[in-house]
Amino acid sequence: MITVSHLTKYYGQHLAVSDLSFEIGEGHVYGFLGPNGAGKSTTMNIMTGCLSATEGSVSIDGHDIFEEPKAAKRLMGYLPEQPPLYLGETPEEYLHFVGQAKGLRGERLRAEIESAIEATGIESVRKKRIGALSKGFRQRVGIAQALLGDPRVIILDEPTVGLDPLQILEIRDLIRRLGRTRTVIFSSHILSEVQTVCDRILIIAHGRLVAQGEPGELERRLAGENEIRLTVDAESREAAQIVSTVEGLHALEAAEERGYTAFRLSAGDGDPYAATRALFGAFAAAGVAILEMDVKKATLEDVFLELTEKDDPALPVREDSETDNVEESEATDHDGDLEA
Amino acid sequence: MTAILKHELRAHFHSLTAWVFGAFLLCFVGIGALQYNLKAAVSNFEYVLGYCAIILAIIVPLLTMRTIAEERRQKTDQLLYALPVTTTQVVLGKYLALLILFAVPLAIVCLYPLVFAGYGDVYLPTSYGAIGAFFLMGAALIALGVFLSSLTENQGFAAGLGVAVMLFNYYSVSLSEYVSRTTAGSGIALAVIAVLLCLLIGYMTKNSNLAWGAAVVLILGLSGVLYFKPELLEGLLPKIMEKLSFFERFYTFVDGVFDLTSMVFYLTAIVFFLFLAVQSLEKRRYN
Repeated sequence: MITVSHLTKYYGQHLAVSDLSFEIGEGHVYGFLGPNGAGKSTTMNIMTGCLSATEGSVSIDGHDIFEEPKAAKRLMGYLPEQPPLYLGETPEEYLHFVGQAKGLRGERLRAEIESAIEATGIESVRKKRIGALSKGFRQRVGIAQALLGDPRVIILDEPTVGLDPLQILEIRDLIRRLGRTRTVIFSSHILSEVQTVCDRILIIAHGRLVAQGEPGELERRLAGENEIRLTVDAESREAAQIVSTVEGLHALEAAEERGYTAFRLSAGDGDPYAATRALFGAFAAAGVAILEMDVKKATLEDVFLELTEKDDPALPVREDSETDNVEESEATDHDGDLEA
Repeated sequence: MTAILKHELRAHFHSLTAWVFGAFLLCFVGIGALQYNLKAAVSNFEYVLGYCAIILAIIVPLLTMRTIAEERRQKTDQLLYALPVTTTQVVLGKYLALLILFAVPLAIVCLYPLVFAGYGDVYLPTSYGAIGAFFLMGAALIALGVFLSSLTENQGFAAGLGVAVMLFNYYSVSLSEYVSRTTAGSGIALAVIAVLLCLLIGYMTKNSNLAWGAAVVLILGLSGVLYFKPELLEGLLPKIMEKLSFFERFYTFVDGVFDLTSMVFYLTAIVFFLFLAVQSLEKRRYN
């Protein structure tokens, strides 16, 4: 549906988006996740033709946004970060204008306005001045505008920012409903939001795509290795020997203190409880008490922080799994298995 | 484009701008008609328009100031960029809406000569010729105002700049008597103008090579003229100031002369400033 390839954008000397490539398929809700300033808005602005790119191309269903902007824009509805509303107009007047500008006329225009008003639940305020509406309603009017012309892709830039918790839930609900019939791409810097709403996640940091996939898959693949923290009542040499009898484990760290030994063990990406069961058996057989044992499953939160908090935008691909597991974090590596 | 046009018209009539603009224009034309046609019993309606011309330098910027500046301030320009319409269509739609706003009070003014003709001899061809020229001059000034509005997101600034530029244009003929008529004076002034022009090109296109290229060409050309045909430069600056005056050209119509070159001048100015406005909007896309 949408192909973004090698997108680069400089603002003067500042590199905002760097060689960004990804594909977005038909249907589903896609989440653009990244901290503020990661290049989400810039990317969305380029995808919708609001901004030029320094390099690279964006094509929507085969129409290049720079070569055939009209054809490409007809396939998309866009809500920028700040909803572009004329405050002196009523939602009805506003939608009428946007619909006309999108080339709708007569009966079709009326029908689309009605369905957009219904879909976004702004029936009760349709004749009020937009300037007098609450932020939640304004956001809905902005979304209604994006729905006109029945676009196959809806792009929403941080649609929940600045809303109260109830409004946020309502907007998320709306996004989920929209995602049933078309492709929805929305950006957010809140992980939990993306996790609950999206079928696919693209994580962006420092203008680069650092990871993409389904939420569960990302969690599994990027946070794949489970870590076991273990403290036993034995000296390090003896304890290490017992640990080494258990298969599929290797020690990341071992520290002895006051006769106890604390381990950080990597349990691979298999079932962590199989490893803890085996550890329990081994130490019980040796008659050594396990004082503490804790399985730490890396969550998407960890992945997100890990990927986005790096200062170095180059994000080196690490071969060893010392403390983290950002292997294959380069965007291109995931292209193949995303659609699987 | 029709969507933009209708939207703009509705916005203008919803706000006060259209009404205030029309009221001011009609009020001043009315005062002029009272003084010339009624009190002084002159039968030429074109003198009234000559008298009112300067008021355009004040009310046109008031009309055009919000056109693009306000879109920028409210960030609604993002919507225009995202809609399947071209920047040219946006600018043309906005411009046509302003032309209609200008044409409405002028249509009422068109009745005046007819009314006066009922009470005496009014030479109608020159009257309507002058009204037509007044419309064209206004259209050119509106195009300039649209361009100035596209330069900033502060509509007050757009209006102030517009008034300043248009008043300068209005007085440029009387000022031209005070500028140097010598070859050296014209040469220096033209060099300064060339540099300013190149700075503007550099600012608008963000293309320093183009700006430098233009600077080199202009300065070389100027030096060439200065070297080979210095007499060309004598009195050139005041001549340019006279030629570029929107108002001075209008007064030929007031004098009863239908000047085709002035019509072409106005049309060229319209195309030129609308083109610049489109470029200025496009530039935002290139940041």
